[in-house]
Amino acid sequence: MHELGLMTGVLDAVTQSAVEAGATKVLKVTLSVGEMTEAIEDCLTFAYEALTEENTLFSGSELEIHMVKPRSRCLDCGLEFDHDRFHVTCPQCGSPATQLIAGRDLRIDSIEVDIPDDADPAPAKGAPAAECA
Amino acid sequence: MTRMATHIDMKQPILDKNDRLAEENRKLFAEKHVFVLNILASPGSGKTSTILATIEALRDEFNIAVIEGDIASSVDSEKIKAQGIAAVQINTGGACHLESDMIKRAVDVLDLDELDLILLENVGNLVCPTDFDLGENAKVMILSVPEGDDKPLKYPGVFQVSQAVVLNKIDTMPVFNFDKDAFCDHVKQLNPNAPIFPISATTGEGVEAWAEWLAERVRAVQ
Repeated sequence: MHELGLMTGVLDAVTQSAVEAGATKVLKVTLSVGEMTEAIEDCLTFAYEALTEENTLFSGSELEIHMVKPRSRCLDCGLEFDHDRFHVTCPQCGSPATQLIAGRDLRIDSIEVDIPDDADPAPAKGAPAAECA
Repeated sequence: MTRMATHIDMKQPILDKNDRLAEENRKLFAEKHVFVLNILASPGSGKTSTILATIEALRDEFNIAVIEGDIASSVDSEKIKAQGIAAVQINTGGACHLESDMIKRAVDVLDLDELDLILLENVGNLVCPTDFDLGENAKVMILSVPEGDDKPLKYPGVFQVSQAVVLNKIDTMPVFNFDKDAFCDHVKQLNPNAPIFPISATTGEGVEAWAEWLAERVRAVQ
């Protein structure tokens, strides 16, 4: 049920980037979500639809989610291997000392926006200012 | 008029704000030499009882405080305060997990210079809290015997993010059909490096070994 909170954060960050670029419409938002996290694809999609429903910046926009498969590196034999959520030991040497290198991703990859020809984009800044709710 | 969509690369963590505040918390805890333990478990698994038993085992050696996360009420923090231990209650008002800004506000009312260990009781939930870094030194999860030995299969995430697993209420094992070997096998498969501490917070059985594991880590940041 924390997907609503995650998606609120996504929309805040996307809105900031879009507005800074002078965009009037967000067309597409692309996320990467690791299968080792507790974020569920359907719940994220539902949250996106619910939160953007009455937001004209996002009307008609599309959410694309790339689910990232877990991948680990064995710290003993060096093998890099794909695995499911439940098996993290090295399939080659049986070592339990493995390090997850992908699968806990929770990332906004990119957005596609519509920028009017006469837009005067705000100057790009560095890191966005932290705002504490 | 046709328009081209403009592509903007963001490559930004979804939990950017939470993670940045968690790093600030972590830095503060390191400066003050305070060890912070984030405790994850279901409602009714005995989080507060385990915290009380842990306090009893460690209070002679360390100055301890507790941060209690609950959707509502101050029932838990009152129990802790009754033992003469500083406790801060966070009411999330419906939110299913603690976030790093809540911890930041809670530690503001504690005197970190006087503390060695903060036990942070997350909201009772085996799912959502696992994705949120609070700036803690370690996460541990508590599972209680009545919940069943199959929980690692159903909630793998919480077992994987934890540095240790406490199995509570072992005194009830005779009345529940709990297969301890199967449980340990499931945990080992998900998280081969996490030690498992079978305890009974109410009888005190096994608490010493668990408390010693924690004490070693607290001493390491002193």
